[in-house]
Amino acid sequence: MASVTVGPMEAQIAPSFADADSDAWVAALRAPGPAREAASARLHELLLRAARFEVNRRRVALPHLRGDDFDDLALQSADDALMAILAKLDSFRGESRFTTWAYKFALLEAAVKLRKRAWQGREVPLKPETWELFAAERSSPQGRAERGELLGELQVAIDGELTPHQREVLVALAINGVPIDVLAERLNTTRGALYKTLHDARRKLRAHIAGKGMALESASEEEGR
Amino acid sequence: MNDDRKLLKALLGPEGPELTCEQCFEELDRYVELELAGADADAEVPGMQAHLEGCPACHEDHESLKTLAGRDI
Repeated sequence: MASVTVGPMEAQIAPSFADADSDAWVAALRAPGPAREAASARLHELLLRAARFEVNRRRVALPHLRGDDFDDLALQSADDALMAILAKLDSFRGESRFTTWAYKFALLEAAVKLRKRAWQGREVPLKPETWELFAAERSSPQGRAERGELLGELQVAIDGELTPHQREVLVALAINGVPIDVLAERLNTTRGALYKTLHDARRKLRAHIAGKGMALESASEEEGR
Repeated sequence: MNDDRKLLKALLGPEGPELTCEQCFEELDRYVELELAGADADAEVPGMQAHLEGCPACHEDHESLKTLAGRDI
């Protein structure tokens, strides 16, 4: 994942979690020769533990994989996370424990690989026929009239106000539940770019509904909090 | 939450400003440790909570990191 400049948030003074253990990790990983190799090996063990944790959380969703497949996924995730961490070591700001900072790389690598594996060989639905799914949701027996009316107006906005790309992304991510990493791979783009598209599409939908004088939050969130 | 509400929530996303996926990843470890320390993580990292509500993948990553990091405390 590409790094970005966070901007104004970087100026905020947050509680520092820098500790001796984190300092020791960074120093060892920057040391020359055998000390660095030893630290890298210890870090790999840590990352493998994190990757296995993520694999174990998700393995029930992948019943067609064998134990060896999960082991390979965890190992590959730890390998890739180690490479990413060593390349980005200078970006560790000491605002969390080093281990927490490192974990997130392994968890991300494992989660992305597992989502992609779960969708391997499956068609990613992007096309207009998926509106049948939307219609089926709309006619759900649990649906109240207010939400049905809102969903109907949203379909008008989706058809009429979104660009074709925004419509495809919204249909795939929000209606059909395609994981964003899977869609990014299929469309040869990035998670960040897709989320920006989704965000823009959602803003258009909200503006359309507001323009119609319809209430948003009461319909979508009152039972969701 | 029933199907209609889930669909509405997915279509409309969170209200207000939110971080991008890249910013979320950059800040995730700090946010999680603030949460684990009992600090006001949402005030320290504005836009994170909204993003976690709107992005299922980042939401999952957050849940995993919070659980794993919590075991080290």
